[in-house]
Parts: sequence; structure tokens; C-alpha cells
Amino acid sequence: MRQLSFWRVSGWRWLLRGAAAAVLALVLLPLCYLLVRASEAGPAALQLLFEARTLRVLARSVALALAVPLLSALLAVPLAWLTTRTDLPLRRMWAVVTALPLVIPSYIFAYLLVSVLGPRGLLQQLLQPLGIERLPDIEGFPGALLALTLLCYPYVLLTVRAALLSVDPALEEAGRSLGLSPWRTFVRITLPLLRPALAGGGVLAALYTLRDFGAVSVMRYGTFTRVIYIQYQSAFDRSGAAVLALMLVALTIGLQALELNTRGRARYHRGHAAAKRKPMLVHLGRWRWPALLLCAAVALLGVGMPAAVLLFWLVRGLTLGTPLPALWNATGNSVYVCLVAAPLALLGALPLALIAGRQRSGSGRLVERVAYSAFALPGIVVGLALVFFGARYVPAIYQSVFLLQAGYLILFVPEAFGALRAALGSVNPSLMEAGRTLGRAPAQVLRSVTLPLMRNGVLAALAIVFLTAMKELPATLILAPPGMGTLATSIWGAVTQAYFAAAALPAVLLIGISSVPLAIFTLREAYQ
Amino acid sequence: MKIVGFRKALLVGFLAAGCLVSGCVSGAPDASGTALSAPPVASGEVVLYSGREESLVAPLLVKFTAATGIPVKVKYGSTAELAATLLEEGSRSPADVFWAQDPGGLGAVAAADLLATLPQTTLGLVPMNFRSARGDWVGVSGRARVVVYNTNKVLPADLPPDMWGFTEPQWMGRIGWAPGNGSFQVMVTAMRKLWGEEKTRAWLQAMIANDAKEYPKNTPLVQAVANGEIEVGFSNHYYLLQISKEAGTGLAAANYFLPGGGPGSLVMVAGVGQLATAPNSANAQRFIQYLLEPAAQGYFAQDTFEYPLIAGVEIAPGLQPLASLNIAALGVGDLIDTRGTVDLLQDVGALE
Repeated sequence: MRQLSFWRVSGWRWLLRGAAAAVLALVLLPLCYLLVRASEAGPAALQLLFEARTLRVLARSVALALAVPLLSALLAVPLAWLTTRTDLPLRRMWAVVTALPLVIPSYIFAYLLVSVLGPRGLLQQLLQPLGIERLPDIEGFPGALLALTLLCYPYVLLTVRAALLSVDPALEEAGRSLGLSPWRTFVRITLPLLRPALAGGGVLAALYTLRDFGAVSVMRYGTFTRVIYIQYQSAFDRSGAAVLALMLVALTIGLQALELNTRGRARYHRGHAAAKRKPMLVHLGRWRWPALLLCAAVALLGVGMPAAVLLFWLVRGLTLGTPLPALWNATGNSVYVCLVAAPLALLGALPLALIAGRQRSGSGRLVERVAYSAFALPGIVVGLALVFFGARYVPAIYQSVFLLQAGYLILFVPEAFGALRAALGSVNPSLMEAGRTLGRAPAQVLRSVTLPLMRNGVLAALAIVFLTAMKELPATLILAPPGMGTLATSIWGAVTQAYFAAAALPAVLLIGISSVPLAIFTLREAYQ
Repeated sequence: MKIVGFRKALLVGFLAAGCLVSGCVSGAPDASGTALSAPPVASGEVVLYSGREESLVAPLLVKFTAATGIPVKVKYGSTAELAATLLEEGSRSPADVFWAQDPGGLGAVAAADLLATLPQTTLGLVPMNFRSARGDWVGVSGRARVVVYNTNKVLPADLPPDMWGFTEPQWMGRIGWAPGNGSFQVMVTAMRKLWGEEKTRAWLQAMIANDAKEYPKNTPLVQAVANGEIEVGFSNHYYLLQISKEAGTGLAAANYFLPGGGPGSLVMVAGVGQLATAPNSANAQRFIQYLLEPAAQGYFAQDTFEYPLIAGVEIAPGLQPLASLNIAALGVGDLIDTRGTVDLLQDVGALE
């Protein structure tokens, strides 16, 4: 047998560690910035920490960050199951459509939700003939919960669907052959197998909820992100904002501990080298009608409603002769930066996922926690942190597209990490070990065994980062070089000043472009 | 076979990304959209940080460049975000000019000594109360605070002469406001100046007692008045004009300029300042000067429905002339303490 040199094995290990350390250092930059700014607040910082108002903000953030993933799971599990395991009519279409809300920017979505479901919104106008004069207010917690659940449940949907597709059907068949009903098979065998996917997708949903500004500001629900923005916007108070942002980081770390506990020490990959095969589809029979109703209701609220209102604005603007902006540059810039951001985030997340996924030790967990710690930070904080370091220490790339990409890397590495981590968890390590005992170097095993086995996770990471970067706004505004507009900044500029027709065109373009990779990924994953 | 295809695809993806990254070193993404046809201008270009929106600024920049030959590169953002960015950049900022939506953003940047003193020829074009006392920024267009009312439900004669009138219990459940909005906060700052802290606090508490419905910003607020969700809303004058234009039909809403004076009869300015560290100060000053010339002032008046600040420019049809408004006697310096205002709003529970 060919003997691998010491260097090829341990050199690889150090390369992996070095890459991981570099990425983690970048991810931790915003935290350093926050510590610098918070320390300027002095004793006032401590006072702010224990104010009753701050504690209310904390309570609201926790409530939302728990309720959104919970409700998302309740939506995502049936939808994922229906679109992968049943003979639901138009299954492929529903698979794509139910994932689509992920591509809609939250600041647009929440705005549209209010203009349709608000007390005197479009829905009320439709119901007017029935004598309904106003609908109940949806702003506050219910509105924020509704908007963020519709925007975030696709995170859970995608991870759960991937898990359903990779579960060994033999386990479920064994359950059935031992006399379990289909329902009990699902509850006792399938659902427990989905635990890591639910936890992974749930954490992404929870952290996105904490980071999001658009929905909570339109719904006027005072979570950390909104209060941090108020500090910047109204009081120009960078120290106060930094103290609040550090509390948000602490909350993020607390939430992660919850997720790590639910995963426990169980293994979720296939027991042995069972050939991958498709599970039997469940025949829905009469149940297909309620199933279709669920899919249609979610699609109507999450995709149909925003698309309809945007098209209405656009058509109204066109018929009134409103001049529409030329968007060639903005579209090109958006696609260009996101096409770069997606593989960069993937490359950045890969060493982290390999370390965290293969080591159940403390260092694996530490990597995981650090990778997620900055995830919930609002874009404005990440943007200002890079302004702080960029203008001071690397003026050569300051206000260039490189700094924007660094910002995207910080913002999106955790998302790519989440997708890769879940994919790696369902790969049986003995396959990689077999590769090593057959004389392959670690890098070769990664290339020829591990990556191909987790290809759905890789594609998921690419698609998710691409479309989240497309809709990212606050960090883009701060970090994009002067003169570089994107679709997201065009929408934002128009909608804040009630130029609805001018906002609708870039919004339709953004949603259309982001839908493409998501649709390709969804169809490829489930029906290849 | 599929696995090989996937690996190849991945490899191609990374290579493409690599090319793109290296491509942008040589300036591949043409951000300005003009650089391809025009010869490269390295030193003449003005870098503008604009807290005002692109739909308003971009057409004006085209005119400016056509008139002067000076190209402009813009970074758009909210006034607060750009102010925070300028504060973090400090003396290393690449910006020449900061154009802010409100005096608060300019005040924060000026307080950090980041703005240069403007020439007297520029400052002199604008009345004293619409520019900074230190001469480091100047207002370029004005916006009036108004009460927007639903014309089906409220008669102008029923509206009070000043803001205090809305504390009456008859307004219970009929008012909308946007405490998170910058212009609203400027009005509260004016209240604190003119009425004092205690009366302002009493007014805010009365609004809460009257169940004023909160909106995230002015656009949805004005729309809620127009569709009858609420009967009156505190806003700026031009939102109604813009929303009517977009809707294409008459709306059941009108602007009411409070005749009784006081903090509700406020004219606020959007303004510009030149960075002390501006790499290109001569052209920056030319740009600021241009914003106060009749061409630009006429553009503000006719296309964005704002008030021009220099003499002799016609205002949009349907607007009351500035001279006929009972404007509160306040200078811009009186209106920059938004921090104290936010503290007060948070203290009474109007803002989180």
C-alpha cells in the first residue's frame, strides 16, 4: 500500500484550520467593533442594560425568535412531506412555489402585507359590500409573526425536504412491516429523523428573525434590530446602539445552546452503505383536496399576494405614463455581486463545516458557535464595522467592491454553514474513512467522496446565499462603492418616497432573478 | 456520471467567481454607467453621499453634469446611515459632499467638525433661518409640516388652529402619527423649544390618551388618511401630492397648514455640506452652488413639490406660498437636538 507522507495529511489539517481561523476572524470583526464603541458608552452602558425598556425589547425579541421557527416548522413539515412523499397533484410546481417567499425582501413583503390585510386595506375593500367597515389591526406581534413566518419558513422547508429525501426508506418500511400505521410511522420514525433538519432550519429562521429590520419596522414591533436602528437614526448614538447589539449577540449565543441541546448525541446518517433509492409515494386519495388547499393558501399569501400588488403598481404606473427607471446597471450589479458572493460564502463555510461536522469535541462546537454568533447582527452594524476597519486599516480597498464582498462574507457564511453542516451530518463517516484506508489523501477524499455526497447541501448553500444577497439592503447601502446601485437599493429608494411604480419594476426583477436558482435547485434536488 | 457533471459545474462556478473577482480589480463592473463613453476623469469627479432618494437626485445630477462637465458619483442611503458612515470614516472619508434629508444628520456630522465652512456667496442665497449659524451647511429645499385630513369625514373649519388643539377628547381615535419619523421628531424638537419640556410631554401624553394610531412612516400614514382608516395625520406637505400623482385619481384627503403658528407650523429643510476633507473641494462648492441656482430650485419646486429657498422661483400649483404661512420663528440650530426628543418620546412610551 502506498504510504501518504506526513506532510500530505497534517499539512491538509493545518490548511483547513488556517482557513477556518481566517474566516472566523473576519466573522468576529463586527464584535470587535461593537466592543470598541460600547466601551465609549461607559457607565451609561450598564444603565441601558438594566432599563425596563431594554428588558421589554429582550422579551419581545425572544418571543418572536421562538414563535417564528415554531410556526415555520408547523407549516414546513407538512409542505415538505406533501411535496416529497405523496402523489400530490402538480407536486413539482408546489415544491418550487412554496419555497419562493424566500426571495422576497422583507421590507417590501411587510409593506404589502399591511396594504392588503390592514384595517382598510385591499382585503377590506373587497369585503366592503358585505358590510365590513374595517379589519382588526395586524401590526405589532401578530403582524411581525405572520410576515416573518411567511418569509422564514422556507429555511425550515428546504432543510426538512433535504432530510426527507436523504432518509433511508428502509427504516420507514421496517416500521410499516412491523404493523405501524402510516401516521404512527411518521411520528415515531420519520419525525425523529428530521430533528437535526428542524433544529438547523429553525436556527436559521430564528437568527434571520433577529436580524431582520424590514418586517419589524413596518409592523412596529420593537425588537433589538428596530431599537438599534432607532439609536442610529434618531439619536446618532453609536455607543448605545453597540451596547444593544452586544445584547443581541448574547441572545444569539443563548438560542444556539438550545439548538445544540436538541441535537444531542444521536447519529442521523444511513447506517451502512445502503444504495440510495426512492421511497414509495403515499397515495393521498381524498386527502389531496385539503392538501392542495394548504399549499394554495400558503402560496397565495407568500407569493401570489405580493406578486399581484407589485404588478398592479407597475401596470398602474405604465398606464399613467410614469417614467420608469432604467435598471440595466442595477440589475447587472446585483447579479454580479451575488454571483461572486455565493461561491465565496461557500468556500468560507466549507472549512468551518468540515471541522464542526467531524469533531464532536469542544473545538467543533466552538467553531459552530462563533460561526453563528454574528449571524443575527443587523446589516447596519456589519456595514459600520467594516467602515471602521476598512477606512482605518485598508484604505486601498475601502469603498470598493471588495469591502462589500467582505461584508457579504460575514453576513452569509453562517447561512452557507448551516446548509453544509446539515448535509454533512447525513453523510456516513465510514465512507470517508474507507476512502482514507484505500490510500487517498484527505483533500482527495473531500473532492471525490465527501463533496459529491453532500452536493445537495452545496447547491442549497449557493442558492440561499445568492438570493439572500440579492435582497440584502442595509450593508449594501453602506459598503457599496459610490455610484454602484443594486436592485435592492433601487426598490428602497423608491418605496420610501411613495414612488410605487418605480419600486415595482426592480422588485419584480429582483424576485424573478432570484427565483431562477431557487427553482433549479428545488427541481434538481427532488426530481433528478 | 451526474457526480462528475456536478463537480465540473462546481469547478466552473469557482473559476467564474475568480475571474469576476479579478475582473473587478480592473474596473469591470461599470457602476456609473457613464464611464464607458466619457474619458476617465480622476480628479474632477465629485463624490456625493446622498440621504435623499435616487429618483429625486439622479435627474438633477444629469443636468448638473451637462451644465458644468463635472461628473458626480453618488452613494445613496438613509441620512442617518450616511451620517453614521461619515462619523466612522472621520478624516478618511472619500466623500466631497453630504446631502441630508434633515438638519439632524448634518448637525451630527458638523458637531464632529467634519464639515468645511461654505463661501459667503453660497450662504447668502438662503435666508438665515434655513442655514447653519456656523456656515458649515446650507438648506436647499423646504418642507412644511401639515395636518393631512380626510375630506369626507372632516371639514377644514373643524380643525384646530394649532397642534395643541388635538389634545381635545373629540379627537379620540381619529388621529394618526409616525413617532419614528425624522420630520415628526423635528416637530417635537420645535415643541420643546417653543413650549418647553413639560407642555410637550403633556401633548405627547394627550396624543397617546387620544389613542393616536402609530404608523412606521409618512407614506402609509397619508394613505391611511386617504382611505379613511384615520381622519387626520401629522405629516409633511409633499407626500399627499406624490401619492395623488401615483394613484392617478383624486384622493379623499387634503393638506391643512395650521394657521395659528407654533410648532405645528414648521418649515424644515433638506441641506448640503461640504466635507472638510473633500478631495475635490472646488467642484464640491460648484455643486452646492448649483443646487441653489434657479434651474435646480425650479426642479425641486415642480418635480418634487418642495419649497424653493431662493427668491423668485415659482412653487408647485396648489401649494400655499411660504410667505403666507405662519412659520414658527426658529432657526435650524434650534432643531438639531433629536437625541433629547427621542429620549422624551421613549420616556412617554411613544417610541420603543
